Amino acid sequence: MSPAPTAAAPARKDDSQVRQKAMIARHFDRLAAAPETGARTAYTFVPGNLTELLLSFDVLPVLPEINALQSAMRGKTAEYIAIAEKHGHSEDVCTYVKSDIGMMKSGNIGPTGQRLPSPDLLLLSYTGCFTFMKWFELLREEYHCPVAMLHVPYQADGRITDAMRTYVVDQLKQVVIPKLEEVTGRKYDEDRLREHLARSAQAEDDLVWVLQSAKNVPSPIDAYFGAVYYVGPIFSAFRGTTDAVDYYRELREEIAERIRQGKGPVTPEGEVERERFRVVVEGPPNWTSFRQFWKMFADEGAVAVASTYSKVGGVYDLGFRHDPDHPLETLADYCLGCYTNLSLPTRIDLLTRYVSEYRADGFLINSVKSCNSFSAGQLHILREVEARSGRPGGFIESDLVDPRYFSAANIKNRLESYFQMIEQKRPGVAS
Amino acid sequence: MSEDPRLTALVSAAGTLFRDQALDAVRAWKARTGGLAVGFLPIYVPRELLHAQGVLPVGLMGGRPDLEIIKGDAYYQSYICHLPRSTIELGLNGSYAALDGLIFPAICDVIRNLSGMWQMLFPHVLVHYFDVPQNFDPGIGGAFYRRDLEALATALAERGARPLTAEALRESIALYNENRRLVRELYALRRREPWKVPTHELYVVLRAALLMPVEESTPMFAGYLALTSADESRRPQDQARVLVAGSFCEQPPLALIKTLERSGCYIVDDDFVQVHRFIRSDIPVDGDPLQRLVDALLTDAVASPTRYIAGGVKGADLEQRLAESSAEGVLFCAPSFCDPALLDQPMAVRAAERAGAPWTAFKYAENSGQFQVIREQAGTFADSIKLWSNA
Ligand code: SF4
Ligand code: SF4
Repeated sequence: MSPAPTAAAPARKDDSQVRQKAMIARHFDRLAAAPETGARTAYTFVPGNLTELLLSFDVLPVLPEINALQSAMRGKTAEYIAIAEKHGHSEDVCTYVKSDIGMMKSGNIGPTGQRLPSPDLLLLSYTGCFTFMKWFELLREEYHCPVAMLHVPYQADGRITDAMRTYVVDQLKQVVIPKLEEVTGRKYDEDRLREHLARSAQAEDDLVWVLQSAKNVPSPIDAYFGAVYYVGPIFSAFRGTTDAVDYYRELREEIAERIRQGKGPVTPEGEVERERFRVVVEGPPNWTSFRQFWKMFADEGAVAVASTYSKVGGVYDLGFRHDPDHPLETLADYCLGCYTNLSLPTRIDLLTRYVSEYRADGFLINSVKSCNSFSAGQLHILREVEARSGRPGGFIESDLVDPRYFSAANIKNRLESYFQMIEQKRPGVAS
Repeated sequence: MSEDPRLTALVSAAGTLFRDQALDAVRAWKARTGGLAVGFLPIYVPRELLHAQGVLPVGLMGGRPDLEIIKGDAYYQSYICHLPRSTIELGLNGSYAALDGLIFPAICDVIRNLSGMWQMLFPHVLVHYFDVPQNFDPGIGGAFYRRDLEALATALAERGARPLTAEALRESIALYNENRRLVRELYALRRREPWKVPTHELYVVLRAALLMPVEESTPMFAGYLALTSADESRRPQDQARVLVAGSFCEQPPLALIKTLERSGCYIVDDDFVQVHRFIRSDIPVDGDPLQRLVDALLTDAVASPTRYIAGGVKGADLEQRLAESSAEGVLFCAPSFCDPALLDQPMAVRAAERAGAPWTAFKYAENSGQFQVIREQAGTFADSIKLWSNA
């Protein structure tokens, strides 16, 4: 599960978008050059990643989930998934894994068309999904490189206990850091880590400001489709960098300007002129038909004012910030606090809260076939949030990167009926 | 020669328990003892700890094919395995009303989310998410696991169970050692003489034990072992020896196991009802018993797809089991939509290939009703093995 930078970004480019594109291009250039420069790379995951720690060792992160979704946006995943299935992978399992394996078997060409280096380390630091574990067991068979495993316990009772934090910190100290030292030949430098963490916190402040700007009416951003671009840098290879700090400052200024002008969000089809529906969205987007999916909302004047997907790499709006004064504990809390590591009751509370705080007309669940972590229990979420918020819930089904499971006509129909239902249930509209 | 009637009676009694979806036996046990009964989902919980606190651990394995799913389907999309929907159905229809709590072991995202649903749907029962470590260092994962066990013991005591004492735990460990030893012997007997231990029968006996106190399941295992090994009416047939791998959480319907056997397979090793064999050997009864439970999980658990298998070769255990059981082939048999089983399968297949074992794979759901295709597939597989081994 992860956010998508670049690719099909909105047609008119803001400065922040230009900056993001350049950041990403530089990152992939560095990755492509790694075999020559000797730079070390670690493959790792988005939710619960340890980017600051990797950067403190000068290790470049590669995020297979992001590669998978980028492959989907480039129309490659049908082919990649077919390759993985030919190699014995079931049609039932997470398509991110199959897309990644198919990509690897096709030469490991990344989103920018450059070849990705093989990993020096598989850093199995993950939150909230057992699939990640299998994924890296599968990759380990291909790459024969060292693996560092960071097991993050689940917040089953809706809180982080000392036992959980200690467990994660112990693993960081005794497993992950020694492995990074071994792979890079460098000593752990806590001061460097602190510097990265301080920069993370700074960027996180600005990100939260941006996401919460959707409380304005009209909302200046789309907090689901648009937010995918906003969270890209912070959820991936850039958290803790000055690039990220600059990007989020610039983004914040741009959004502040939109608010001053009373403007709605930008979409690939242009600006939303009139905000007709404010919705909260649960679940990841579909990447194979991302723009088409977005357009279905934009055409109706539907704006996502909050989403849970934009929290897969950290629920920062609940107050968490990386804390340079407690470097390992803060990394532990970060890992433990990502969205899919939250219990179902906590997810329901959060969604209900979003509906009210963001003055939403309703909430919509996009249930993706690939991801049990998100999807198992979503029908229960639907019922509960409806009951608690008193707002109508909608439910659609698709997949992350498998085009076989995106039925445009069906989804469009369902969305239209859903928006009609909202219209009918508006206060003052006779039923 | 006809079968010993005591054997027939024992298997029939086990069958009654196997079919006891409404947990009547558990109700009866509670009425008799006044103790707490706590259910657990597949695949492993340390039943010793519950037993030591006077709690009856009740293994919940989803629903049988004849369970009509009325409400459960409204909770799960079509692309999610069947087990959670039957579990919800049985919860909502009152079948689990005798349970004072439920334990959800950390095995996959579905079970994890199900624990949260249970918290909301049944707020009056104890819901414990049992977070087994994926780090197997005693000072790290072991320390975490120990705290999890202590938390479980405290939660049970708060519900009215006896507080955990070292002495009681030691005794429980000894009782379960004996229980596990007998299961191991049954598996060993089946490896040697599979005609003596038909898997559809062994399976029912293992399932029945999930609803019994260990004091009763141990004599049942012992009785079954003695009766079946002595039964001369059971004679070998020309069947292919297969290992059934991958069905560990959502269980296959009994009719599926029968189908495999009828299609010419002797199942000489399997992954069914793993809780009985999850810890492979005896747990020492000296020293600190809680630590002994911790160490057993860290060092002596089976290589389940739900565990992170560090170092070594993935599937090495499968290769070893193939050698030990002299299985001539592997049937990979996983529940539909089961991530852990299906994501593991390509690696397990490679292990089977390394071992030179032919294999075939299919999926099932606990409510599957049609086995014609599987029957043909398994039959062809068994025939090819026999042909190959006779060549
Ligand atoms: S199961 Fe979900 S969270 Fe896990 S890798 Fe797949 S998409 Fe991501
Ligand atoms: S059958 Fe598989 S996916 Fe379903 S609950 Fe069990 S382990 Fe999870």
